[in-house]
Amino acid sequence: MHGFANPARFLRLARWLTPLCLLPGIAIAAVALAYGLIWAPADRLMGDTVRILFLHVPAAWLGMAGWMTIAGASVTELVWRHPLAAIAARAAAVPGAVFTALCLATGSIWGRPTWGTWWVWDGRLTSMLVLLFLYFGYIALSDVARRDGGNGRVAAIFGIVGAINVPIINRSVVWWNSLHQPPSITMGKSAIDAAFLWPLLAAAFGFTLIFAGVVLMRMRAILAEAQAEARLRRKAFAADEAAEAFGGFA
Amino acid sequence: MREAFDQWNFVIAAYAVGVIGTALMIAWAWLTMRRAEQRRDESRKR
Amino acid sequence: MATVHSPRIKAKHQRLVLLVIALAVVLLAGLLAAWALRSQASYFYVPSEIVAKPPEADRFVRLGGMVEKGSLKTAPDGVTIRFVVGDGKSRVPVSFSGIVPSLFVEGSGVVAEGRMQPGGTFKADNLLAKHDENYVPREMQNMTQAQARKVVAETQ
Repeated sequence: MHGFANPARFLRLARWLTPLCLLPGIAIAAVALAYGLIWAPADRLMGDTVRILFLHVPAAWLGMAGWMTIAGASVTELVWRHPLAAIAARAAAVPGAVFTALCLATGSIWGRPTWGTWWVWDGRLTSMLVLLFLYFGYIALSDVARRDGGNGRVAAIFGIVGAINVPIINRSVVWWNSLHQPPSITMGKSAIDAAFLWPLLAAAFGFTLIFAGVVLMRMRAILAEAQAEARLRRKAFAADEAAEAFGGFA
Repeated sequence: MREAFDQWNFVIAAYAVGVIGTALMIAWAWLTMRRAEQRRDESRKR
Repeated sequence: MATVHSPRIKAKHQRLVLLVIALAVVLLAGLLAAWALRSQASYFYVPSEIVAKPPEADRFVRLGGMVEKGSLKTAPDGVTIRFVVGDGKSRVPVSFSGIVPSLFVEGSGVVAEGRMQPGGTFKADNLLAKHDENYVPREMQNMTQAQARKVVAETQ
């Protein structure tokens, strides 16, 4: 695993993996969404608004998967001191927050014509909003750590502890009476008809590839920033040394 | 009395939010990465 | 070689054990909190809870359950509706005047916000439609009979 600790090696891999994730991801998601918008059938009760499913559910999954990425990378960072793990954790924060926000926004737009309300404070919606605020907290913490040159351990611990919210989101509709319906897809069985299920899985796969591509781009950006900073610092240091040597000579 | 909406307004709104949001995220990640890598490569040259 | 690496490996194992213990404690605390919140965090009461422990007449509560098939009646004024909300064990009659959400139908879930009346009728100020977890295309409506039964069984 420490083979990837070498940034040059990771960058070589990331450089061709980025388009490999991003381009098929965009293509698959676009086809799945177009299918959902145009050819998918209307639901027996919800009618055409069921099409929001293909956007809302992948966004919800990736919002939660984003935090699990942060938590997993943070564990790797703390236990194995893997240098790339800290970068991976920071890289997953913004795409995770974006998908969580998209899940909340599309869910709200879906709720108005179906439930009759934009928002309710039930267990599912509230815990998903908490996830968004956890993302904001994590982004702020890891930014402070980076700017002050800290080691980001506080952010890593926050990322691990915050993961407790993910199973709560998942179970919220089972533990508590909620306006949001119980899970449609559980271990091996689905209450979603095949006409909706396949485009949903395709959209989820496409958006997952997009998520991976964005995380890779964020990792490359964070690495490049760190490398440029280190180089400038080394140069400044060398210049100081030279000036000192010159001064001593004179 | 029953609420009667044009459901397509909501579908279009949700798709617009989703697609624009995703596109902005990809564009932002791409641009910040390009800028950071260019800055690094320049610092290498000098 | 082994002697050179052993202190590092030991430190790594120590960190791992500490982290696992810390995680287990946090997980336990979180689950306990969620468990303690079990009743408070519920968005609505089901009919059997309302019947077993009727809330005070003026208290705002939410009642959630299935709209019983064949119970939905429109009053002569054309605005007031009456229906029965059931969970398979108990039934609560509900009255409501206003605009109902488009998903509100017999045999489907509903959350009514309002107050219990002295006569045992629930007077709703607002209705929210609750969707179930089934997604079925319109062309396959003949399947809904069996599914509706399953849904009722699951909400109990």
